[in-house]
Amino acid sequence: MYSVILATASRYLLVLLLMFSVFLLLRGHNEPGGGFVGGLVAAAAYALYFIANGIDAARTILRFEPLNIIATGLLVAIASTLPSLAAGEQFMTAVWIDTGVPLIGKVGTPLLFDLGVYFLVLGITLTILFSLAEEDRP
Amino acid sequence: MSWIIMLPILLPLCTAVIMIFFRRSTALHRILNAAGTALMLGVSLVMLGSVQTGGILSLRIGGWEAPFGISLVADMLSSVMVVATAFIGFTTALYSLGTIDREREHYFYHPLLQLLLMGINGAFLTGDIFNLYVWFEVMLISSFVLLVLGGRPEQLEGAIKYVTLNLLSSSIFLAAVGILYGTAGTLNMADLAARIPLLGHRELLSVVGVLFMITFGIKAAIFPLFFWLPASYHTPPVAVSAIFAGLLTKVGVYAIMRFFTTVFIHEEAAFIHQVLLFLSAFTMVVGVMGAVAQYDMRKLLSFHIISQIGYMIFALAIQSPLAIAGALFYIIHNIVAKTNLFYVSGLIQRLKGSYDLREIGGVYRFYPMLGLLFLVPALGLAGIPPLSGFWAKFIVIKAGIDSEHYLLVGIALCVSMLTLYSMIKIWNEAFWKDDPRGEGSVEDEGYLLIPSMKKVMMVLPIVILGSVTIVFGFWFEPFFELADKAAVELLDSGAYIEAVMGGRS
Repeated sequence: MYSVILATASRYLLVLLLMFSVFLLLRGHNEPGGGFVGGLVAAAAYALYFIANGIDAARTILRFEPLNIIATGLLVAIASTLPSLAAGEQFMTAVWIDTGVPLIGKVGTPLLFDLGVYFLVLGITLTILFSLAEEDRP
Repeated sequence: MSWIIMLPILLPLCTAVIMIFFRRSTALHRILNAAGTALMLGVSLVMLGSVQTGGILSLRIGGWEAPFGISLVADMLSSVMVVATAFIGFTTALYSLGTIDREREHYFYHPLLQLLLMGINGAFLTGDIFNLYVWFEVMLISSFVLLVLGGRPEQLEGAIKYVTLNLLSSSIFLAAVGILYGTAGTLNMADLAARIPLLGHRELLSVVGVLFMITFGIKAAIFPLFFWLPASYHTPPVAVSAIFAGLLTKVGVYAIMRFFTTVFIHEEAAFIHQVLLFLSAFTMVVGVMGAVAQYDMRKLLSFHIISQIGYMIFALAIQSPLAIAGALFYIIHNIVAKTNLFYVSGLIQRLKGSYDLREIGGVYRFYPMLGLLFLVPALGLAGIPPLSGFWAKFIVIKAGIDSEHYLLVGIALCVSMLTLYSMIKIWNEAFWKDDPRGEGSVEDEGYLLIPSMKKVMMVLPIVILGSVTIVFGFWFEPFFELADKAAVELLDSGAYIEAVMGGRS
């Protein structure tokens, strides 16, 4: 069932929800939020778009294969452990760099790890969703 | 040097991630699988070397101090087990090249194998009980998928039993971890070992001990919790059966070994050792009785796993240094011999078209060398000198006599006879008797139809594992010294606590 209202709204909601998911991701360091919740919200954004516009439109707008997103997430998470080795610390110890730029402040490996989780959750949720959707196809 | 502990876990993960990126190219998957496991074998050998010379390695993840963060610990026992895992992983990767069909490869067979190895290595290396639970789950989820990959009805039927029992075991595990944390306030194994003797609430600790025994008992397939194993292990492709048979139950045995010799060493543990002694006798007997009755080669071998687990538990429950060394040597010998027998059964099935001993025959007439390749692990498993099983059984039985468990020693020896009988049954039925379907050359054409590259990949792992069984037999001393060192280290929990906690407790 195609609904003009939902299809139109989903286009704007997609952007808003994705921005919100990034906000949650960044907020997660000291307050409720983080990669997992952010990833879920991002997946919900695409899920809404897919419900309104169908699977093909959702795949087109996502651009990347969900499986590649999973792999990217894992790769980013693994990469976040490497700076600790370079710094000669124990494995996975957080390494922080003070950029000195206002608003950005200190950037560290936990953010990178959270980004990995974000991609991983997004990828897994969409893989499940898209496989279920494609099973419905005649 | 301590970061090397991470490598057996990180390497398979990286390999799996790369495979997911290039999922269209199964050729790359095959190369990466073999190369990744070979690299893992190299790394684990280096780790074993450095543990042997430099003592227990411990890694505090994220730099959090020991009882608060997660510790990874590599002592002799863990490193030996990781070497065995990598070795079996490597041979299975080779064997998969010859046996796994394109369809399964397309549906992520190779990455799943890597993730399974990651879970097993993690379970061996962790020094934290909750983390052990997590690694068990990683391992189980990969094994669930490997078990049903292909989706034939009998696979799904086997998987339902396997998944149900393992989920039950996981929930008992989780409950036990919760009670333990509530009682002791820590889940770090070294910290627990230091604290448990000082705790009150002894009755709760007994409950925890029994719960852990049940959950690890299910994973290790101890009597009476073994029935998921013969119901499921004969259903997936033989490469998967082989790696499951070789490694998965041994993770359970390892957990029992770690938990009831390093962590849980007080008066309640003595009760658990008594129970384990009792159960080990039943495990040995029931396993081998099941094996004797079977005609499906893989079912027969699956029942054998259970019977062999009985020997390991018997040795573990005796708790003398010699017995623990024997148990460890037994585990390693069994991993090699058992995996090898599954490889051989897969090859026979490929040649003769069936696993059912009643339907096949005459293998020896056409493939005498395969007969030799079968006899090495089969006689090794039964304990014929000079192969590895002889020494393994010899140490276990000597430890049994030293500790005056004469009845159990008698049972172990009788079970040994029956093991030999069931191996001879395979020999008689598959190799010796004439093919019941007549002497057609159909099978030989079947063999010729296998591309030569695949033939090499099926035979090579059997040769490698067979030569290891022979090497263990003829060059026994250095391996026993290794096992002995691991046993002494395992029974001296002081050194373990010192290495992990760094003097604090």
